[in-house]
Amino acid sequence: MNAVITANGLSKQYKNAVALDHVNFRIESGRIVGLIGPNGAGKTTALKAILGLTDFQGELNVLGLDPRTQRDRLMEQVCFIADVAVLPRWIRVREAIDFVANVHPRFNRAKCEAFLARTKLTPDQRVKQMSKGMIVQLHLALVMAIDARLLVLDEPTLGLDILYRKQFYQSLLEDYFDENKTIIVTTHQVEEIEHILTDLMFIRDGKIVLDTDMDAVGERFAEVMVSADKAATARSMKPLDERQVFGKSIFLFDGADRATLESMGEVRRPTVSDLFVATMKGTYA
Amino acid sequence: MKTFYWLVKREFWEHRGGFLWAPVITGVVFLVLNVMAIITAEVLGARHGVHIGGDNVQMMIARADAGDLKNIGTGLDVAMVSSMGLVSIVMGIVVLFYCLGALYDDRRDRSILFWKSLPVSDTSTVLSKVASAVIVAPVIAVVVSIIIGMVQLVIFAMVLSMHGVNAFELIGLAHPFRAVATLISGIPLYALWAIPSVGWLLFCSAWARTKPFLWAVAVPAVAGLLVSWFGIMGLFNLPTVWFWKNIVQRALLSVFPGSNIVYGDGALGATADVGNDPLSVLSPLHTYGLLASPNLWLGVLAGAALIAASIWFRRVRDDS
Repeated sequence: MNAVITANGLSKQYKNAVALDHVNFRIESGRIVGLIGPNGAGKTTALKAILGLTDFQGELNVLGLDPRTQRDRLMEQVCFIADVAVLPRWIRVREAIDFVANVHPRFNRAKCEAFLARTKLTPDQRVKQMSKGMIVQLHLALVMAIDARLLVLDEPTLGLDILYRKQFYQSLLEDYFDENKTIIVTTHQVEEIEHILTDLMFIRDGKIVLDTDMDAVGERFAEVMVSADKAATARSMKPLDERQVFGKSIFLFDGADRATLESMGEVRRPTVSDLFVATMKGTYA
Repeated sequence: MKTFYWLVKREFWEHRGGFLWAPVITGVVFLVLNVMAIITAEVLGARHGVHIGGDNVQMMIARADAGDLKNIGTGLDVAMVSSMGLVSIVMGIVVLFYCLGALYDDRRDRSILFWKSLPVSDTSTVLSKVASAVIVAPVIAVVVSIIIGMVQLVIFAMVLSMHGVNAFELIGLAHPFRAVATLISGIPLYALWAIPSVGWLLFCSAWARTKPFLWAVAVPAVAGLLVSWFGIMGLFNLPTVWFWKNIVQRALLSVFPGSNIVYGDGALGATADVGNDPLSVLSPLHTYGLLASPNLWLGVLAGAALIAASIWFRRVRDDS
């Protein structure tokens, strides 16, 4: 498989904080990767490095290009939506389409207009007259009409109501994503993207603490609901996390033997958010 | 090239209010004030039984010799070009604030993240803003001035013709085409002269994390004060005024059309033969003497260096 992004020893230091600390990862083509971490963990810095918006140390290769020096060429193949409020407030729908159509060599105007026809946006409407949800519809219409190989989404649904959020991811999956495209997404609303991700990356204090594909998550991690009498046994197996529900204990295990777990109680696949909470324990302490 | 055209067009979309409507409104206000002045004069004249122009003007023209006719024509030319004065001051203000915001506003409202998501180099982005400041804005201002000037000429001719003066004869005395050519010829010169200011303002706009206006004004002003205080210019055998005139003013005020006239060097060498033809102060023969001035070309060099620095800062500064 061909890698879309490879990072080796990627580091970024701000004045008084380390944002990225010798990070290594590799993202293959045709994946939807969730980059998830607490506030200030380095997610946005990693994305900015990939997009050539910030300087960094180490090696980073995006679609065979160096984002620091070949940004103009890179952006023909890469799109990004950095939360909803970044479209210029003065621009009209018509102007935005005209501009992108004439500046971007891979933009398909008909596709963009078809997508907008399904919304309430009118050509003469200005961004400042739109709600957050409408702005993201416009941005998504522009981005989906671009035949890019990598789409980077940084908190794309922040501040949107649930209807817009569902519609956003649904449009991405149905009308945009295919095996030649790769999507990287960061968000705090993990539950909503859990089912669309193919890969999962946890980042904490500038380090990647988990990098796996979703199938492996189910094989590697398991959650067991254990009654009080077996809790001590479970605790001795070094669980990642323990919490109490209705007088029973729920343990989260990493790589524990499946048969042993099943003998103790009901085993299920943990949700990404439970996994996240367990992994990030003590981050803000 | 196509990308560059659309980048400039984008600047025009964003700043339509400043580039187009500000000069248009200024021009219209200028015309309205003129018309009001004429009406006031007419009313006062009628009330006191004074005839303005009227038979006298008719007789004057009839009896005038070549020299007098030239004076009437010149008067009309000046009336026509005078609209340019007001419009160009407004344009100078527009360009000044446009440059200060050009590379800063989109960082503040974070729309830079959208612009940077498109395959456009930082160099073309910055250059499109330079082109908007030194070409688009003055071209629009000149076109508006010409239209306003023409309307002004027609209004004067009409008023005078109500007093029995032959309007066409009067317009024949003016030199509208020469006035138009004069205004247009000023554009390239303005572009060159304004480069150091545009460069400095864009540099502040690209570099400042907050308050580009304050930096743009405070840095040269404080530098000027220090120079004055310590008499640093004495080291180069130059008066302190030199610094204020050639650094501070060039950095901030060269965006105002005609600001070069103050400098005299080379530009006003021909003052002597201006005589009774004021339009010739603005004529290319006269103004293009500026091209021989080192001040102009050193300014262009400094401006180019500042623009290069702006491009660099445009690349490294993001929305934070």
